[in-house]
Amino acid sequence: MRRVYLDHSATTPVRSEVLDAMLPFLKEDAFGNPSSIYSYGREAKKAMEEAREKVANLIGAEPEEIFFTSGGTEADNMALMGTVAANEKKGRHIITSSIEHHAILNTAQYLKKKGFKVTFLPVTKEGLVQVEDIKKAITDETVLISVMHVNNEVGTIQPIKEIGALAKEHGITFHTDAVQSVGKIPVNVDDLNADLLSISGHKIYGPKGIGCIYIRKGTKINPILFGGAQERTYRPGTENMPGIVGFGRAAELAAKELDSEMERIKSLRDKLIEGIKERIPDVQLNGDLNNRVAINANFAFSNVEGESLLLSMDMKGICASSGSACSSGSVNPSHVLLAMGIPPKLAEGSVRFTLGRDNTEEDIDYVLENLPQIVEHLRSISAF
Amino acid sequence: MYSEKVMDHFTNPRNVGEMKDANGVGEIGSPVCGDTTRVYIKVKDNIIEDIKFKTYGCSAAIASSSMLTEMVKGKTLEEALEVTDEAVAEALDGLPPQKLHCSNMAASALHKAIEDYQNKNRKAS
Repeated sequence: MRRVYLDHSATTPVRSEVLDAMLPFLKEDAFGNPSSIYSYGREAKKAMEEAREKVANLIGAEPEEIFFTSGGTEADNMALMGTVAANEKKGRHIITSSIEHHAILNTAQYLKKKGFKVTFLPVTKEGLVQVEDIKKAITDETVLISVMHVNNEVGTIQPIKEIGALAKEHGITFHTDAVQSVGKIPVNVDDLNADLLSISGHKIYGPKGIGCIYIRKGTKINPILFGGAQERTYRPGTENMPGIVGFGRAAELAAKELDSEMERIKSLRDKLIEGIKERIPDVQLNGDLNNRVAINANFAFSNVEGESLLLSMDMKGICASSGSACSSGSVNPSHVLLAMGIPPKLAEGSVRFTLGRDNTEEDIDYVLENLPQIVEHLRSISAF
Repeated sequence: MYSEKVMDHFTNPRNVGEMKDANGVGEIGSPVCGDTTRVYIKVKDNIIEDIKFKTYGCSAAIASSSMLTEMVKGKTLEEALEVTDEAVAEALDGLPPQKLHCSNMAASALHKAIEDYQNKNRKAS
């Protein structure tokens, strides 16, 4: 059976060029610990610094502003926990949005429980944070603003540049979770006015278990892990060398291919959106169409439950993800869709399609051939 | 995650549909996840002659509705009332623990349909 993978915002396969770069660092040739003084160590250290430079180039940063982490979640945790710890004397208020990834949301909830003041900003029905709302939320106590660059569920691009400028004006540290934006749209830390920025390797065809936090020179932040002197003590622990080298190569390729690849994917994505609207009645596209990354399409199918839909699609080899509580193992449907004012029932019937470099015109044709009858079948069973 | 029986009943659900001449209808909705099941029965001489269902919900909700209809068709009302949600889950070779409470409610919907039938019947007689 044909398999069509349309869940690239969940994870991506490691590119063969990336795997080739990584392999020596798992084997005899280059397994060294970059902290060691002898040749094996020096060679590893050199490869690590080359990777750091490639990641820095992807976002317009200096290599010494890149600190490797275990991934996006750790980078997000460090941005919040490390910033409030370093600014204890200044204040105890942070501002974030209600549509962040759980790596931010649940860290913010934890801080709230610990007595910090946290503002969770609302979003428009298009899924966008409004700069005006941030302006109103800022107090003398505010030490951090954290708003994601691109939302993981609906793909909306947030007004990060404006939010960053506002933070700068008030002398507040600004963090953006760029896990879903790098490799999809240009990301430049100076353009965005970002002090802190999170990236994950496996979303850009690199390996899982590696990511980084960008820390602008002069930004006050504490480590959240303690140990050796790796990453200039900001992130102790023996470095994940195969991961770092793979991440570097993936970043290099992402920067090089961004324009051409996104143009190709956008035309496939638009074909998918048009095709679904044409062939299936009672559907709506969730999230703003224009302020959106090229890989994302998120649809609400009325009177269909998301888990049933995903499972039926899976039986045809189509892999996507859903805002349904049942498919995510949580009690409530997607917090992002609910924050956008989408009724719970429609959120339960929402499916996210995210395209990637392996997708072809034939893949989209296959989905458009099969999806209408799947939806029709489930609607014929539905009690509504 | 799901047993073969669940997948079978989800893919090819039995007795789906509405019933115009039903003499008992029961509906139940999960307050947790919004899954909703409606069961229609046609009772003659104390026996469930025909049964149909409509379900909005996840695969487990659809499969348990389908399985229930097979379990009680042709049974007396007393026998049907003995079929519980747990028995339906068992007949499906089990359901994942998180599905047991929110999606497995077809038997409860049937019990409501039987109650509806008995109420109507009492008024008539």
